[in-house]
Amino acid sequence: MASHGIEIKGLYKIFGPNSRQHVEAVRNGLSKAELNERHGHVLGLKDINISMPAGGITVVMGLSGSGKSTLIRHINRLIEPTYGEVIYDGVNVCGMNERALREFRRHKTAMVFQKFALLPHRTVIENAVYGLDIQGISRSESLKKGQYWIERVGLSGFENHYPNQLSGGMQQRVGLARALTNDADILLMDEAYSALDPLIRVDMQTVLLDLQAELKKTVVFITHDLDEALRLGDKITILRDGQVVQQGSGQDIVLSPADDYITAFVKEVNRGRVIQAKTVMKPFDGLPDGARIGATTTLEAAAKVMTEGGQTKATVIDEAGTPIGTLDLQTMMAAMVTPAGSEASKMAAE
Amino acid sequence: MSARGFGETNEQDENRQNKGKSMAICEFLPRAFCRFPALSDSYIRQARQVIDDGFRGLVREYGYIIDALKAPLQWFLNYLERLFTTSPWTVVLIVMLLVVYFGSRSIRITVGTAIGMLLIGLVGLWEDTMTTLAIVTVSTLIAIVIGLPIGILMARSERVQGVINPILDVMQTMPSFVYLIPVVVIFGIGKVPGLIAVVIYAVPPMIRLTNLGIRLVDKEVLEAADAFGSSRGQKLWNVQMPLALPTIMAGINQTIMMSLAMVVVASMVGVGGLGRNTLQAINNQFFTYGFLNGFALVAIAIIFDRTSQAFGMRLQRHSEVVHG
Repeated sequence: MASHGIEIKGLYKIFGPNSRQHVEAVRNGLSKAELNERHGHVLGLKDINISMPAGGITVVMGLSGSGKSTLIRHINRLIEPTYGEVIYDGVNVCGMNERALREFRRHKTAMVFQKFALLPHRTVIENAVYGLDIQGISRSESLKKGQYWIERVGLSGFENHYPNQLSGGMQQRVGLARALTNDADILLMDEAYSALDPLIRVDMQTVLLDLQAELKKTVVFITHDLDEALRLGDKITILRDGQVVQQGSGQDIVLSPADDYITAFVKEVNRGRVIQAKTVMKPFDGLPDGARIGATTTLEAAAKVMTEGGQTKATVIDEAGTPIGTLDLQTMMAAMVTPAGSEASKMAAE
Repeated sequence: MSARGFGETNEQDENRQNKGKSMAICEFLPRAFCRFPALSDSYIRQARQVIDDGFRGLVREYGYIIDALKAPLQWFLNYLERLFTTSPWTVVLIVMLLVVYFGSRSIRITVGTAIGMLLIGLVGLWEDTMTTLAIVTVSTLIAIVIGLPIGILMARSERVQGVINPILDVMQTMPSFVYLIPVVVIFGIGKVPGLIAVVIYAVPPMIRLTNLGIRLVDKEVLEAADAFGSSRGQKLWNVQMPLALPTIMAGINQTIMMSLAMVVVASMVGVGGLGRNTLQAINNQFFTYGFLNGFALVAIAIIFDRTSQAFGMRLQRHSEVVHG
């Protein structure tokens, strides 16, 4: 199944009884506080424009109250937008009638929830096939698919347990299996791992990355954790107070944060895991020296290769294996410890 | 006897004297402020007559509809009653114990049921108990059939809830004797009118708890159902009803208990069984007989209660084992 990207265009969400009336005022600069004070309406999202690439993971990051959960619910329209469009495969989801929307939800999207939202009276396998039940697929067929995905998320042997008998991490595996069994192109993950403890969270991130490498779904992942965003996101969008503050790859955000708010976030990040070799390498000097490192290798991985080989220099190669630059320990260490400074942002801009 | 007679007379005298007297303050007030200015007796009498006549006329006019309504109930009730009373007691008891056991999966409740029923038979109340069981069974079934859809409708619409809630309030606060009156006027005296009175009395908890159960279903699970594209019907049957089932079971339990209580009152309009015996005992001051019937009612109430509760608990098995 070919994936399609999702285009969010000029999306506004204002909560309140007369929300439509205030869109124009908000567009002309009425602030969230003013809107609440003068009109008693709450600004949820303001002029959101995001292009979510097909077959990639788009992470929407923000703190609580930033509107990220509201945003993801616009993609399958669990929340009605006040204004704007969500385009998938040439169709505006916000313009669908009830029936078309139901079909869209059944066949094109699957969702994983922060608090799992499993059906407590159904066993693990019955939960997994829930989406297929809704589609009207017979149990003989759906159970086979459900079983396959339960095994893929590592829950073999728990098919007949009830959700309450499982730990949080295992419950979220059921949530993931339920979404994957639906075999939908779009996978919506609403703070899917936020309720899990750190080790299990990293575990589940790995599960997602492994599956994604094979499935190439269009994933929208919501999180408040920048490390998680950087690890998972092909593209990261940062929301604050219902507005997009910055969009770009993990590197873009770490190396050139758009404002102080993001700078403060980025300060705590392990930069070695984000910055890639090609970003900080020096131009190739003609001498293929030391270890050979792929252009998109992170500095941490590169450092590991070099340390193991006992080398202080490395040659960066592109996909074809042609040397394109060189890297030395000095440069790498500088990039890993330097906070977002002028030099780094210049390099990212190139 | 004579002493009590004296006491009564004195009390009545005092009452009569008080009625004529009014407080001193009334000398300074307009009359209407002291004695309630009720409508005149003749006016009230006339109004009453108009309403009563209208009611009776209506009943006479639409008697055939009422009879048509009554017929299936009558048939069902008679059928069940005959089945219960004419089957050999051994068969009834065995079936009952099987139902209790497979409902509750508890040896204790089953043994308790056996002992209770044997004691009832021993004091000669077996047949009356069967009559009562029949009417309670029928009224509970009817209450479920009526209550469940109304409860579902209420849970779905604030407006329906706004209309039904006050009606339920009235039904539950109205003294049970009072709505025997319209029931008797419309349906006459007999088993079916009694059954209808019992259902009216017993249906409110069924409606309320169905409504409550559905409204208490976790919003996040409902959102998940929406996200996977459930239709309203699919949401109801896959999510709302199963998750509301424990609460609905509590409603059924309450309905059974209220039916048992109302069976006694309904004996005044011609329902047989343990209720009628109790009524006779009150009228004739049969102390022991009254209590024996009362205890028989208590026994079947406990049997119904424990069995339906144990069954309800078993339905929630999935929520019992919680991961620590």
